Amino acid sequence: MALLTVEGITKRFGGLVANHNISFAVEQGEIVGLIGPNGAGKSTLFDVITGYYRPDAGEVRFDRHGLVGRRPDQVNRLGIGRTFQKLRPFHAMTVLENVMVAAMRHQADPSAARREALSYLEFVELLDKRDSYARDLSTGQRKRLELARAMATRPRLLLLDEVTGGVDQRTIPTLVQLIGRLREQGLTLVVIEHNMRVIMSISDRIVALHLGEVIADGPPSEVVKERRLIEAYLGDAFVVPSGERLPSGESSRGNA
Amino acid sequence: MATVDEPRAESPARRRQAGGREPRRGQASSHCPMATGGVAAPAGRRRLAGVLLLLLCLAALAFPWVFRLPYHRDLVIRVFLYAMLAQAWNILAGYCGQISLGHAVFFGTGAYASTMLQMRWGWNPWVGLVAGIPVAVALSLAIGSPCFRLRGHYFAIATIAIGEIVQTLAINWDFIGGARGLTLPFQKDSLLAFQFHTSKYPYYYIVLALLILCLLVSWRIEGTRLGYYFRAIREDPEAAQSVGIPITRYKLIAMAISAAFVSAGGSFYAQYVLYLDPDSVLPLSLSILICLLAVVGGVGTLWGPLVGAALLIPLSEFTRIQFGGTGRAVDLLIYGALLTLVAVFQPAGLVGLLRRWQRR
Repeated sequence: MALLTVEGITKRFGGLVANHNISFAVEQGEIVGLIGPNGAGKSTLFDVITGYYRPDAGEVRFDRHGLVGRRPDQVNRLGIGRTFQKLRPFHAMTVLENVMVAAMRHQADPSAARREALSYLEFVELLDKRDSYARDLSTGQRKRLELARAMATRPRLLLLDEVTGGVDQRTIPTLVQLIGRLREQGLTLVVIEHNMRVIMSISDRIVALHLGEVIADGPPSEVVKERRLIEAYLGDAFVVPSGERLPSGESSRGNA
Repeated sequence: MATVDEPRAESPARRRQAGGREPRRGQASSHCPMATGGVAAPAGRRRLAGVLLLLLCLAALAFPWVFRLPYHRDLVIRVFLYAMLAQAWNILAGYCGQISLGHAVFFGTGAYASTMLQMRWGWNPWVGLVAGIPVAVALSLAIGSPCFRLRGHYFAIATIAIGEIVQTLAINWDFIGGARGLTLPFQKDSLLAFQFHTSKYPYYYIVLALLILCLLVSWRIEGTRLGYYFRAIREDPEAAQSVGIPITRYKLIAMAISAAFVSAGGSFYAQYVLYLDPDSVLPLSLSILICLLAVVGGVGTLWGPLVGAALLIPLSEFTRIQFGGTGRAVDLLIYGALLTLVAVFQPAGLVGLLRRWQRR
């Protein structure tokens, strides 16, 4: 049985349909890349899964639990951690305190939570910044802080929204490495990512959204050939009839 | 679950073996490159706070022997009472970030509850003080449950509205004296009767005990999960939810603790002044004063409310003496000016200012 199942999720904002009848499943231990142009409904879908939005139709199942109607904190307690596209650290708290708060879900005692938090900070290589205030960190550091904070709630499934967005090129390999190490720990991941090279290399499977609908679902090597995906990203002028060659050279076909 | 947790659960233990208890003991030591900021400072500050609290207790205990004029004692009693109210407000607004401008409701609840129980049913005022607390807590939960759906300014506005409604109800409710108010029956001096006419000492110590209790509770909250959760909710409610914090429940906890202390303060006030009416215990101006003291002193700090009360309450007395009836609003002018200065230059209040100097 799949760890996470999204079944026919529809979410409207007034007349705008942000998610339309979206269905896919995530298996235990899998890394699923969620891609799509801006406005495709990726972050909305994350908000629906984690309880920030209530969908107009559909159900989300996580390990036999229905998630629709649960509050975000309840969803987290079931074992789903997340990061935010627009980063949301606790600004006036130190890096260590940010992670401690999350670890306190299991460890009410501050010194025990502190020890646990330090191990996550070591994992994301922010140990030397532990006493800085979160507001003083760079974007890349904040991304890693959010990752550590999400991990400190000991999730089984992590939803990562734009891991490399707004991060300078040199930091990207560090973040990609981190994701690899998360997988080694047995975590299941759903990752929203715009950087095609990154997402193609880390994902076992890609789910592509466009205008709120799933337009492709499969291994990276197959998804990149999908006509509708290329149309969505680049317009139909770039679609090569045979689907043999990728425009723009963003990704090579053999890397998955 | 277990398979996922094991590798990570192991690593803190390993570090503890390798590095001993270094992270805890060495908070202010050299291995920490930023020893002056962040966690090191709050931890050290916490110890300092404990020492200060002790010193304050000693100084306060000695105070009545230093100042012998009843007027001075009355002034200090008021300072302590308002400091306690502001600190109670600070638990909800400072730590947890929910700005209430309706705290007079809980003050009035405490004052009316203990007085009514005493006057109608002959309850002892101490029992009345204690009995008023659950009433205020229940009321705070009833107010909080719908209002905590509102964020930021909207919550503050809702609490103003509720404060006004409650005051209007009290004015028109004859059972509790309506607009005429209630005059408490005069009784002989005794601790049991909670009335002291020959000397203000006992009032002084009672309100001091309340203030110290409130400070101790706040100090304790700061160092436990409750305090961390409150701050996380203040910083970012959505992110707090994402790490499993049921934010409404914790806001209600903050509200209940806050209301409990304010209610006790209201009961004390009724026994101290022996007269209450909706205008003296339920006005919006009281709610705003409570907030103002904490803001000027330092929101979200342990000492801010006390510093604010110690500065502003005597200031208002002083202006009243200096200008008499003609200068009735002078203290408000000064409050306003101070508030503007704090808002513009030092949002962390006077305590924040002191810390900045300390760091230099």
